[in-house]
Amino acid sequence: MCRLFAITSEEPLSPMLAIDALDVMREGHDGSGVGLFLRDLGGPFDHMKEAPILSGIFTDEGIKRLDDFMMNIGFLTKFRMSIRVPKTPPPGVPKRDVYLIRAYDYPEAWEQLANEEKYARLLILRLELRKMGEENGDMIVFSFWPDVIMIKEIGDPYRVAQHLGLDREDLGARVIMAQGRQNTNYAINLYACHPFFIEGFATMTNGENTAFIPIKEYLMSRGFHGYIGYNSDSEVFTHILHYMKKKLDLGLETYKHIITPLQEDDLESHPNADFLRHLKRTCRRLIIDGPNCVIGSLPDHSLFMVQDRKKLRPGVVGGRPGMYAFSSEICGLDAAIPDRDKSQDFQPMHLDTAIVRPDRQEVHTCSQTQPLPYLRSA
Amino acid sequence: MQSNTAVTVSTLSVKDLPWQILWSKDKCTLCGRCTAVCPVHAIELGVFRKRRVRASLNFSEPPGNAFDIYHGIRQRTDPAYACIGCAMCNMVCPNTAITPCRSDEADKLRYHIDRGGQPRRRGGRRNVAGGVLDRIKFIRISMLTDPALDAGRHEFELRTLLGRVLPPEENLKFLSENGWIPPVREIYPLIIGSMSFGALSPTMWEGLQLGVTYLNEELKMPVRICTGEGGCPPRLLRSRFLKYVILQIASGYFGWDEIIHALPEMKEDPCAIEIKYGQGAKPGDGGLLMWYKVNKLIAAIRGVPEGVSLPSPPTHQTQYSIEESVAKMIQSMYMAWGFRVPVYPKISGSSTALAVLNNLTRNPFAAGLAIDGEDGGTGAAYNVSMNHMGHPIASNIRDCYLNLVKLGDQNEIPLFAGGGVGKSGNLAANAAALIMLGASGVQIGKYIMQAAAGCLGSETDRCNVCNIGLCPKGITSQDPRLYRRLDVDDVAQRVVDVYLSFDTELKKIVAPLGRSTSLPIGMSDALGIDDRAAADRLSIQYVV
Repeated sequence: MCRLFAITSEEPLSPMLAIDALDVMREGHDGSGVGLFLRDLGGPFDHMKEAPILSGIFTDEGIKRLDDFMMNIGFLTKFRMSIRVPKTPPPGVPKRDVYLIRAYDYPEAWEQLANEEKYARLLILRLELRKMGEENGDMIVFSFWPDVIMIKEIGDPYRVAQHLGLDREDLGARVIMAQGRQNTNYAINLYACHPFFIEGFATMTNGENTAFIPIKEYLMSRGFHGYIGYNSDSEVFTHILHYMKKKLDLGLETYKHIITPLQEDDLESHPNADFLRHLKRTCRRLIIDGPNCVIGSLPDHSLFMVQDRKKLRPGVVGGRPGMYAFSSEICGLDAAIPDRDKSQDFQPMHLDTAIVRPDRQEVHTCSQTQPLPYLRSA
Repeated sequence: MQSNTAVTVSTLSVKDLPWQILWSKDKCTLCGRCTAVCPVHAIELGVFRKRRVRASLNFSEPPGNAFDIYHGIRQRTDPAYACIGCAMCNMVCPNTAITPCRSDEADKLRYHIDRGGQPRRRGGRRNVAGGVLDRIKFIRISMLTDPALDAGRHEFELRTLLGRVLPPEENLKFLSENGWIPPVREIYPLIIGSMSFGALSPTMWEGLQLGVTYLNEELKMPVRICTGEGGCPPRLLRSRFLKYVILQIASGYFGWDEIIHALPEMKEDPCAIEIKYGQGAKPGDGGLLMWYKVNKLIAAIRGVPEGVSLPSPPTHQTQYSIEESVAKMIQSMYMAWGFRVPVYPKISGSSTALAVLNNLTRNPFAAGLAIDGEDGGTGAAYNVSMNHMGHPIASNIRDCYLNLVKLGDQNEIPLFAGGGVGKSGNLAANAAALIMLGASGVQIGKYIMQAAAGCLGSETDRCNVCNIGLCPKGITSQDPRLYRRLDVDDVAQRVVDVYLSFDTELKKIVAPLGRSTSLPIGMSDALGIDDRAAADRLSIQYVV
């Protein structure tokens, strides 16, 4: 089972904090890969919140093609974080030419565009780059979004982090998600590595989503170009979250109601029974079947954790005002925030959603049996 | 053969018949129960004259003959009275002195059963054993990310939806704007399919209804039963139990006068309305209730004279095409119940099913599509229709589901599959396979008759006299002397047994696959088959 760790802090933190936490939980992953998601960035990126950042792995040839492609559209490099790696990678880590983290200035022609339109175009560009990379095998693109960096690599998380020099001072983020991979049913493919990202929404999961095929088929038939990939059965969790927020305009409290709806007995006594029944029926194809623990990050910098209907995976959230972490195991949490009130640690159960809002002042929990705070924003 | 019988072209011997009666003189008590119970009078009391030659070794005594008689069973060879293999004689014999045996070669009866130019008609089934459903295996067992689920202890949500489900965006929009959202029923995925009051005996029908009611009211299993074309008893129409019933309307509209008149007095809406356009056992042929079964009660409920055959036309006479028919009838039916009851068509399995489905996707009222495959049963049909017409259900349902996936409508129009589900006794496995191929639920008929009432039919042309009202178990007879054999409460009890055991078996299938939170509709990655062509055709895995 993969191990998950996420942290949200008022002050930027080094990704090594998350890597260390994964290392503490190393009994639970086989060191076959690591995925990092950084948001609300510190360091040099702190001053360029609007600039879209492209994260990925490129061959030298791929970089040339990328530069030509971006130049043609009018994107200019605003800032580049150079990752210099030793010539020989550690055992189990492939040799790569370039790990790219590059912030761009929008093309002049885009300046008048609304943010929504800009973001929609960023997605199209990321998909186009991914397609180009898949054709030639020279680019792997993880994200292209303002204030977001993603790094994924095959190998032991700690060794990869050292190899990439992630302990550098200028790399920090206030929201970090990290996964230590336990390679199971899919071939090692970086597009199958968590976390997954689409238009500002990111999630990572452990376990197995046994309802994967019907959910994938449903998402792919929504007519939205971003719902592609699915190298991992967990990518659908990100897309369901995106679908819920962007297409259905629903709050995070309803995510659990979509992926693991209440059964009729519980619905009968629920104050929002009518709404929830409709939601359950109409989103029936998005119901997951665990075991899964899902940790996700929203564009507003909220961080959350939910469990499958039977709570078949471990997961804990704890911390102190200003810094909270989500972890597969308590030892991971202990490693990251030892000086917290452990009696306040919370392990979300089968009905719970644990959310740390952008103010990072408390762990907000909601149960599916509680009334929904609001139905729709409209 | 009697000694004075002429040998003609159609004279048959016992050997020429499909079933031969084996009778033991030693064991027979001559009680006469077998001849009394035989539904087709295939056996009768025989008085046999037997000659014994007496030749003494003593030459002084002349040789001579002695003539004895003995009594026993004689099997008739007239095609009209040929044994049907039901084995009721064996069931009632106190000494098990008699039993029918299947002929060791193809019978000759089949060449002579069209006397008067009437081809053979019968009830029952297609008489072909096995099928692709029985060969599908469930291969995706969750082993890597344990724990797999516990069929005995975990909670399961094994329910499905019947009704037009809107896309999420529309549904939530209409909900907030108080718009019309099509009615949807949450039901158990195993439906008792359409068998009419008339095709079935009153005791069978009542037993099924009673069992379904018990499942709903006492066990909280939302099981539904379809009436078939033949109306619905007036008291049921006016009772609160109508909500467990799917009313069927077919091309003969039998019983709908009664239903329409009951509308103002209905306490509950029916679960749904099924519009029958076709039946798997006899595609392109209308329903048929032969005159034998049209007694006073049936005639009254159907609004017809007694003692006449009731052939429904193959088509709905008032419409020109299925598109028009579907559109008009669905809307009329919606209107009759104030747009509160789902209305869906049922068609026979066919290579044209996709065209029908495409029409439905564009009709915002269509609540689903039921498809009845070639292995479906019937109360009465021409032998040739049953044996040779129709389309297997597996590929039909799969094609339709994948078409919906392509359109993005897979959650919107539920597909219900029928026709041979559980025909080899593997009800849960067959049903689960169809669900994972894309069906939202399955309909059963023959299985429930066999399991709940002891129907004797098999895939070897046994019995099959449902059409002429002579069912020896009283399941499809309107003769009180026959249907009194069937105890209503016993049938109800068996219906409950069947559903409970089905429920356990279904959990034993889905739990190892890691599924419990929703019915695994379209979970085709779980399926495999040891036939490359079938695997390709169904888009599932080939395994050996």
